[in-house]
Amino acid sequence: MDKPKQILEGSRAISQTIKNIGPAVISAYPITPQTHIVEDLARLKASGRADFEYVRAESEFAAASIILGASATGVRVYSATSSQGLLLMAEAFFNIAGMRLPVVMTCANRAVSAPINIWNDHQDVMAVRDAGWLQLFAENNQEAVNQHIIAYKLAEQLQLPAMVNVDGFILTHSYEPVRIPSVELIKKYLPDYQPASGTFLDPQSPVTLGAFFTPEHYFEVRQALHEDLRGSLELIKKEYKLFQKIFQLPVGGPRPLIDNGLLEYTGPKKPETILVALGSMVGTIKEAVQDNPRVGILKIKVYRPFPGKEIVKCLETAANVAVIEKSVSLGQAGPLYTEIGGALRSSRPRLKNYIVGLGGRDVTTKMIKEIIKDAGRNNHYLKFIGKI
Amino acid sequence: MKNKKISLVTQPNTTLNNKTGPWRTAQPVTDYNVCISCALCSKICPEACIAMQETAGFDKLKPRTNYDYCKGCGLCVKECPVKAIKMVTDY
Repeated sequence: MDKPKQILEGSRAISQTIKNIGPAVISAYPITPQTHIVEDLARLKASGRADFEYVRAESEFAAASIILGASATGVRVYSATSSQGLLLMAEAFFNIAGMRLPVVMTCANRAVSAPINIWNDHQDVMAVRDAGWLQLFAENNQEAVNQHIIAYKLAEQLQLPAMVNVDGFILTHSYEPVRIPSVELIKKYLPDYQPASGTFLDPQSPVTLGAFFTPEHYFEVRQALHEDLRGSLELIKKEYKLFQKIFQLPVGGPRPLIDNGLLEYTGPKKPETILVALGSMVGTIKEAVQDNPRVGILKIKVYRPFPGKEIVKCLETAANVAVIEKSVSLGQAGPLYTEIGGALRSSRPRLKNYIVGLGGRDVTTKMIKEIIKDAGRNNHYLKFIGKI
Repeated sequence: MKNKKISLVTQPNTTLNNKTGPWRTAQPVTDYNVCISCALCSKICPEACIAMQETAGFDKLKPRTNYDYCKGCGLCVKECPVKAIKMVTDY
């Protein structure tokens, strides 16, 4: 890292990073808790400190459509949203992936209506998990900064869109020490975006993007989207290694046993219980677990593509696994739990699901300690831990 | 099995490769002897696949339906002021 640490609000850390990455077009519509990110970017543009186009949109649907169109002209783009905004973007969101446009977006995760609620959980992103985007989750503000840079690198190589998920308020409105890499350093890792000629909209050589596909071809196109997303797991590991080398990430806290860009495992080699989570909750879990020699923590950093094999390899060592989630696939269970269950395909370890923190309910270290105790019991597989 | 990658980038106008005629279950057939060459059918066809053309044996232009793209919606049949167009079973 070439710059000293600054104390920055999460949103500001993200907007500063985006400015240094240098997209050509930004379009967004303000929604809590994402607002500070695009507000700051708009300010940078208005004061002449950034030269991207900032297109004001009349809704999130328009904002997503604008960055779709801008990306189709072969330039780097950016947007950010939350909750209802992401749901309103849904149609364009699927199109962006289907058209293989390397759009990068931040989702400041927030609960969805109804009842209306502006606080954090993961229900919004889970609604679009099947859209064909890469889905990254940040634990803290520095990781959010890093993941945005990695997201552009992956998106532009894979011709796939990527979304970085940061917990609304918990990260977006918290001040933490972060390092914002300089333009020069970012360029060393992320070269200027130049798509191959004939693959983007250009009046000099017209092409059609987003064409109509009959049953004769649609199937293979969708299969290819899936296979390319699955196939990117190795590239993500490679790019994470390269990122660490160039940016020389400072390591805080206990060194993880596994840290490959897809997931991070901290704890004993032969744990009794492993706690699995996404996003900022991992910080709370680390605090609650401390030096408990029987408990390990598995942080999922990449949720799509789903690193099933890597997760299973890590979980196999434990007797109990507790998947702690801030969203529910209503009528089923937590999405992460369901997918880990699908990947495990065996009755060991004992797999249990705990739903916490919906609509901004605080997830406390006390709750985590209770979950650790409960994880070894033979009782209902799914529990909502709202109050203790 | 690996699939051959299908390009998502296409050339302008290649949507014409997708012949939508087979979506039809009945086709409109125009009786040129009843037709008064008003061209209304060619104007209201939502697929723009009826063209007014010179036709042997008639002084005025007559509508020619392009069955590669006619989806058989029957709008021309409904709108023809002299009932010169009939839907005929297509199979």
